[in-house]
Amino acid sequence: MFRSGLISLGVRVFLAVSLSAGVASAQQSLPNTSTADHSQFKILQQDFKSGPEVTEACVSCHTQADDQFMHSIHFTWEFDHPVTGQKLGKRNVVNSFCGNVAGNEARCTSCHAGYGWEDMSVTPQEQGVTADCLVCHDTSGQYTKADSKAGHPPLDPVAEGTKTITGAKAWAVDLTKAAQSVGTSTRENCGNCHFYGGGGDNVKHGDLSSVLYNPSIDVDVHMSPEGENMTCSTCHVSDQHQWSGSRYNVMASDAHSEMLKPGERRDVATCQSCHGTEPHPATLMGAKLNNHTDMLACQTCHIPAFAKGGVPTKTKWDWSTAGRLDAEGKPIHEDNYTSSTGAKLHTYLSTKGDFEYGENVEPYYAWFDGQVEYATRDREIAPSSTVEVNSIKGARGDGVSRIWPFKRMEGRQAYDTESNKLVFNHVWGPTTDTALWTNFDWGKSIEAGMKAAGQPYSGNFDFVDTYMYWPITHMVAPADQALKCGSCHSEDGRLEGVPGVHMPGTRPFGVASLLGIAMVLATIAGVLAHIALRVIGRRRREH
Amino acid sequence: MSVKAKPKLHERCVKVYPLFERLWHWSQMALIFVLLFTGLAISGIHNGIHFGPAVMLHTVAALTLLALWVFATFWLFTTGTWRQFIPKIEGMIDVAKFYAWGVFKGEEHPYKKMFWRKHNPLQAATYFGLKWFVFPAIWSTGLLYLTYNFWADSVSDASFWIWLISNLHILSAYVIAAFIIVHVYLLTVGHGFRAHVRPMITGYDEIELTPEQEAYLETNEPGRLR
Repeated sequence: MFRSGLISLGVRVFLAVSLSAGVASAQQSLPNTSTADHSQFKILQQDFKSGPEVTEACVSCHTQADDQFMHSIHFTWEFDHPVTGQKLGKRNVVNSFCGNVAGNEARCTSCHAGYGWEDMSVTPQEQGVTADCLVCHDTSGQYTKADSKAGHPPLDPVAEGTKTITGAKAWAVDLTKAAQSVGTSTRENCGNCHFYGGGGDNVKHGDLSSVLYNPSIDVDVHMSPEGENMTCSTCHVSDQHQWSGSRYNVMASDAHSEMLKPGERRDVATCQSCHGTEPHPATLMGAKLNNHTDMLACQTCHIPAFAKGGVPTKTKWDWSTAGRLDAEGKPIHEDNYTSSTGAKLHTYLSTKGDFEYGENVEPYYAWFDGQVEYATRDREIAPSSTVEVNSIKGARGDGVSRIWPFKRMEGRQAYDTESNKLVFNHVWGPTTDTALWTNFDWGKSIEAGMKAAGQPYSGNFDFVDTYMYWPITHMVAPADQALKCGSCHSEDGRLEGVPGVHMPGTRPFGVASLLGIAMVLATIAGVLAHIALRVIGRRRREH
Repeated sequence: MSVKAKPKLHERCVKVYPLFERLWHWSQMALIFVLLFTGLAISGIHNGIHFGPAVMLHTVAALTLLALWVFATFWLFTTGTWRQFIPKIEGMIDVAKFYAWGVFKGEEHPYKKMFWRKHNPLQAATYFGLKWFVFPAIWSTGLLYLTYNFWADSVSDASFWIWLISNLHILSAYVIAAFIIVHVYLLTVGHGFRAHVRPMITGYDEIELTPEQEAYLETNEPGRLR
């Protein structure tokens, strides 16, 4: 009892830890509630030679932290779906970006919150991967990971050409300084991986970009210093290293109980957990808007557009054109997209094919119960039509579904024409003779990728058009910039095509309107005929 | 009846529309115009007003009109004016024949406005139909439309019911629009537009009174005579 009490006290102290104000970033609104100055701990006053050495020092006090963390999705990259039964997580799924982790490990696992996971076929525990405390808790701002070292930071001496996970030129990380700076996760800790998903700034999600390090209030009312100045973990609360806010099992609606106070729950990151289920004021308009919460997710009206603030998101990725080389056999790049801030972005790469981008993108809308089903190794596809890499589940009237906004990523990616399954591909491998980005040979790339993923492969492939859906939930606009009623209540409005809704204003000439107009026109015709007969009658009498 | 008996009649200027009735009529007119304008915008026919403000204005105008109707109903029953609105077959054929034939030949309107009967029989029948069928149809469907969220969970297939309700609401609205067109047009028939509208503004109209009616009003309600 005494021991477990001490441990729980330790965990609580750890959770409450925040560094002295001088170190905390100016953008952070986190209160400094720490009762410890980590720079005074003897064990942290050593010359650390590697990431794992720092972790060892951390767990000498935070005895349960590594065990807790190593059971979280941040470490396992695996998610056993409680509803569909599918095995998801980065370790298992295929997406429409770089496809898959298996076979491309040291590059993809550069963002793994551990050190040295180089083989997806074994779990990180089996490979003896050490958890990386600093990637989430460093507040010195100079800790980072190299972009292709399976999670290890760039250390002195840094090899020429090394980049960090955000694509910046790498520097030598001072592990001691980082270790002594630890605190509650800042938006930099989360953003350095999550803002760069898909291989670059805002490439993947559309609503998570480097703009969120310091957004204007128009971009994000919650995270802007002019607004609430919240960090990621203000909403994505954690309890013993388990986070709320899973994209694999989304809470599409939240029947928030009035018994609970905002922030009290540790299991959700929903809008309702703070704003309740009747968030609009008790006015006529407020009541009408509250009447919409049984149909619409908050995000649907309050995030009218994503990829805001000047960083575009990738909206289309056609892998089938990859591999085109110039006359000398050298890879090509075309940079024909210019962002609103003037940045030139690749529209063709021999390594990756053709891309399209968008800024201030209008979302795609669909009923969503929080569940998606992945067309991964256990699912066959129907290549005759556009394949949904992760099909959205939900419908009106099931009690939990709401109409949600999504980024709908358009893709064209490879599949096995005999097994009708999306393939795993080996794209990254500077020293292999099978990696696509080194050898530009799809056949070899797929064969190696399927081998790495432990999947059977017929040897025949083709490309198929795909859609992939990313729920939009960040970049909430200020209330006065929310969607106006007429954005949906109009002909060809935003929800056109979403089934199961009756919306005034979308069908101006419905049955009743047509009948009514016919009746009014007939009345007018009758009146005109009556006037004509009166005029004729009067003329006759006058003659 | 009094027409047949032909007693000595005196044409007098009598207040036939008391202040409340005139207020009722003109505020009803204004509200119905607001409702038609915003309603057409909500159904998507025009963009003269944005959807959100249109819904708010429509709701406020509708609730105001309902309140006005509550007052009007109270007034109709406490003052006995409700009797004016009971349709009678007698004379209706004459009026119908006049509109369909006589008016073209320059005949006089067959109906003479009486103190206790200020609507002609066809008019009374039309108002009866409006008050008992069309108005209840529009306000019941309107209230159901407005309160959708309170009942949607307790019926199966709520989207069918809201579709039906919205269509009935729209159809009733067009019936009212057609009524207004005919109503305004018929003001030009007979004594003419100005003569028909003036009483609804001043309250007074030329009415033939029996000596008894005249004596009663002179003694008991001198304010109603001019």
